[in-house]
Amino acid sequence: MKLSRITLTIATAAALMATAACGNSGGDPLASTSSSSSGSAAAGGITVGSADFPESALLAEIYAGALEAKGVKVTKKLNIGAREAYIPALQDGSIDLIPEYTGVLRDYFKKGQTGTDADAVYTELKSSVPAALTVLDKSAAEDKDALVMKKSRADELGVKSIADLKGKSQDLTVGGPPEWKTRDTGIPGFKKIYGLEFKQFRPLDAGGPLTLQALKNGQIDAGDLFTTDPSIAENDLVALEDPKNMYAAQNVVPLITKSKSNPTVEGALNAVSAKLDTTTLAALLKEVVSDKKDPDAVAKEFLSKNGLG
Amino acid sequence: MTWFIDHLDLVWTRTLQHAYLAGLPLVIGLLLALPLGWLARRYRPLFVPLIAGFGLLYTIPSLALFVLMPAIIGTQIISPTNVIVGLTLYTLALLVRTVADGLGAVPESVKQSATAMGYTPVKRFFAVDLPLAVPVISAGLRVAAVSNVSIASVATIIGIPQLGLFFSDGFSRDFYDPLIVGIVGCVVLALVFDGVILLLTRAFTPWVRATGSRA
Amino acid sequence: MIPNILGWLFDPAHWSGSDGIASRIVEHLWYSALAMVLACLIAIPAGLAIGHTGRGRFLAVNLAGAARAIPSLGLLYLMVLWLFPKLAGDSAFLVPAIIVLVVLAIPPIMAGAYSGVEGVDPGARDAAKGMGMTGMQVLRQVEVPCALPLIFSGVRSAILQVIATATLAAVAGTGGLGRFIIDGQKVHEFAQMASGAILVAVLALVIDLLMSLVQRSVVSPGLGAGPATSGRAGRRSRTAPSGNTPVDVEIDSSGRTVDAPAR
Repeated sequence: MKLSRITLTIATAAALMATAACGNSGGDPLASTSSSSSGSAAAGGITVGSADFPESALLAEIYAGALEAKGVKVTKKLNIGAREAYIPALQDGSIDLIPEYTGVLRDYFKKGQTGTDADAVYTELKSSVPAALTVLDKSAAEDKDALVMKKSRADELGVKSIADLKGKSQDLTVGGPPEWKTRDTGIPGFKKIYGLEFKQFRPLDAGGPLTLQALKNGQIDAGDLFTTDPSIAENDLVALEDPKNMYAAQNVVPLITKSKSNPTVEGALNAVSAKLDTTTLAALLKEVVSDKKDPDAVAKEFLSKNGLG
Repeated sequence: MTWFIDHLDLVWTRTLQHAYLAGLPLVIGLLLALPLGWLARRYRPLFVPLIAGFGLLYTIPSLALFVLMPAIIGTQIISPTNVIVGLTLYTLALLVRTVADGLGAVPESVKQSATAMGYTPVKRFFAVDLPLAVPVISAGLRVAAVSNVSIASVATIIGIPQLGLFFSDGFSRDFYDPLIVGIVGCVVLALVFDGVILLLTRAFTPWVRATGSRA
Repeated sequence: MIPNILGWLFDPAHWSGSDGIASRIVEHLWYSALAMVLACLIAIPAGLAIGHTGRGRFLAVNLAGAARAIPSLGLLYLMVLWLFPKLAGDSAFLVPAIIVLVVLAIPPIMAGAYSGVEGVDPGARDAAKGMGMTGMQVLRQVEVPCALPLIFSGVRSAILQVIATATLAAVAGTGGLGRFIIDGQKVHEFAQMASGAILVAVLALVIDLLMSLVQRSVVSPGLGAGPATSGRAGRRSRTAPSGNTPVDVEIDSSGRTVDAPAR
């Protein structure tokens, strides 16, 4: 009796372990390996990461597909919620490659740089990237921040560019990512560059669903969306022009661990960048966001159409 | 619904990942809570600090805990270990007290009888005190299980795949299907955990059915 | 790391202004209080009715169980998508988060209420009836007072979870202490993030202490510190030394209304 109870205790612990680990039969359940490859990113293999918004996942799938087509072993760890998580993850080797944007990445590594056009930003970025990492060729595809308003509201106010908001902004609520509160890409920038002060700033997300919903439904008058976002056109929104280049260029660029980069990898990724432009990227993103297709399917389509995969 | 059917594989994979993330801490937490609860019960001066200390863990927001964990324990930032450790702490926050309560609820007369029958303290703990505390511990474990399943979905922020990915996916595409699949997945998983714990509790407490009494 | 956090936390500049710690605490308390009041208005009458009549228990227990399992983050996103088009102005940012908190708070409060009433000594109930009390009188004058310790335990458990989870309000674009956690993360200021987390924990602790004082003054001394009739375990016995040790972070004992945060 006594013994059987102890045995039962141990058996239960084991059973619970087994239940917990039931997903474990095929190796580590947390490594979402792609179909064509398995195991960890061993020598030569590349682990592709992405942020947790649709465009990032789509670009990561495109990179992954292009690499696989060149015989590179690929593991995917997509949808990492925060840049504060995936950049350290690159540095500690948890992932090796991630699609990024030149302007925002430059500012992440080194604040206070002033270039705004695509080449200047890219040059500054290259010199800001930590030694262990590197960026490959930038693509022509750009997805930058824009201050977006409802078209009806912009027309009513007679506003086409951010500069036109002068004298009107004090009655407007603006929404953007939380960092807008203190960054030059946000509230301080509007004041410094355009002399604008808003009635209220509402911390939402970086061009994400919260900002879109709040714009669509009028909880904010203006907000931060990204230029490739199909929701802008679909919801009768309009991106205000930025005549003073408050927003730096944001070209899509692969950020990769130096030790994992080799001519095959670079060749494959640079070929992708060469084929990507803003219109193409926006069209692909529309399939994911509006038509609710899966990023990997859309990526495959793009790759085969361009002879990359 | 068609989205769900088209993505059965993915839903299944992420459910298993979620089960692992939420389940393993439950097991580790229970195994750690047993000695800690026993300590709290056995040594009076330890009771308040242990119970209150672990209870406090419970109020740390998971959003912050997951992100700060690597800085605290030195793990890689997107390592599942961060989630496992974090959820183990939440499990402990609930279970240390429950174990202490459960052990405390064993009637003194029963303990004395066991001692009189020649049980050593260690044997008595495993053969008498612990089994009698099972119903109470089990109640706490069920709550911890449900809580772990819910909190594990926050792991998206540090890039650990699980059902919570469906939330951000659905949210960012203004797409109810994945969002609802994720929520329902979590609820179902929690109910499965609950069922497993109930079954195990029954297996452990045969006297409940044998005597018809509930204690 | 710790000096950084303390430095951030005790910098007077971080305490003042509409986005300072002081006003964030007020916001946080406001969201929590709003959610708790709504949850109590729903859950206590429902719990008392179930406990008093013994009807609907099965349904209530299972609904509450399912509600506990709903992941807060997912529910928040769902509510944002669903409610933003329906709500005007600032309420759109607040209502989704409040709903999430109410859903979170109902199960423990309701469980406390019905197990409290169920656990009332049948002798006391019979005596009250024998004295000619009506059902309502029995409920008000006997069952509720006797059930108060467990009702409190449920409410306190809910408050802890609500305070910890009210950080989610910041995810949906409002204020509260969650702002420090989210903003700190976005500007890579880990001291700010950790400070936010610490403030939430301290706030929860302080409120729980206050609640224990309220409980002490409201609960009849004759009931002691809470005779633990553990609901699910169905055991009538003395368990923890009391629900009222001064530093007791009420995660209440055993099978009564133990409950969990679901953030």
